[in-house]
Amino acid sequence: MASTIRVRAVASGDTTEVQSLIRHPMDSGFVKDRSGKLIPAHHIEVVQFDHGGKTVFTALWGPAVSKDPYLKFKFKGGKKGDDLTISWVDNKGASDSLVAKIQ
Amino acid sequence: MNEFADAPDSARRTILKGAVAGGLVGLGLSGLPFPAYAAADAKEWPQEAFKQKSEVDALKALYGKTVEASDKVSLDAPEIAENGAVVPIAVASTLPKVTGIAILVLENPNVLAAAYKIPEGTEAAVSNRLKMAKTSKVVAVVESNGKLYSASKEVKVTVGGCGG
Repeated sequence: MASTIRVRAVASGDTTEVQSLIRHPMDSGFVKDRSGKLIPAHHIEVVQFDHGGKTVFTALWGPAVSKDPYLKFKFKGGKKGDDLTISWVDNKGASDSLVAKIQ
Repeated sequence: MNEFADAPDSARRTILKGAVAGGLVGLGLSGLPFPAYAAADAKEWPQEAFKQKSEVDALKALYGKTVEASDKVSLDAPEIAENGAVVPIAVASTLPKVTGIAILVLENPNVLAAAYKIPEGTEAAVSNRLKMAKTSKVVAVVESNGKLYSASKEVKVTVGGCGG
């Protein structure tokens, strides 16, 4: 089953740069469908990135984050071959997670 | 190989929603009996902050503080966003001991767009893409040493990001 999460984590010296793309509609709740009915808000609420048993980044997202959200950040201490775990949960209780290797 | 088997802090055994636990097992984390890994938890989501309509109220709800302008917060956003549904915005700061970054779009129905928790060891910088309903001031807030600092920029939006 394909994950909704695509991630590229590259270590350069002491710093690991992480870029992630998550497939999610991120419906704001303000848009109407063709029949004029409001499409209910459906968006990721929390994204968490963990390395070495420690959380290195947490995103708290509202409906104003764009569809198929992209994120980039950097942290220290990761090295090539390490695992980076990404997990998210949305406002409907759905979730996904992925373990990626730092390159 | 599996560092979670050694996770020392049993307080991190969170009761996971079945979907998350199922998702992790489905990923082939070998079904080994390791302590429940504490994945992203909806309880962390600051519901009240995301409902606020003003910068002051959103920051009070999120951080419990007020903010002052600082030239050590940099906000990278386009002068003109051609597509309000996808506006690339990046925030960075040279301030010390940064623990959080928040981005607000003042003309959006709810001003807080995104907030980030920055643990020690993580750089005070983030790039993301946000929706802007219309031309608006965008405010980047950085929590440093327990205080809030901000930078702002007016971003013009030609096609609104709320599907209008």
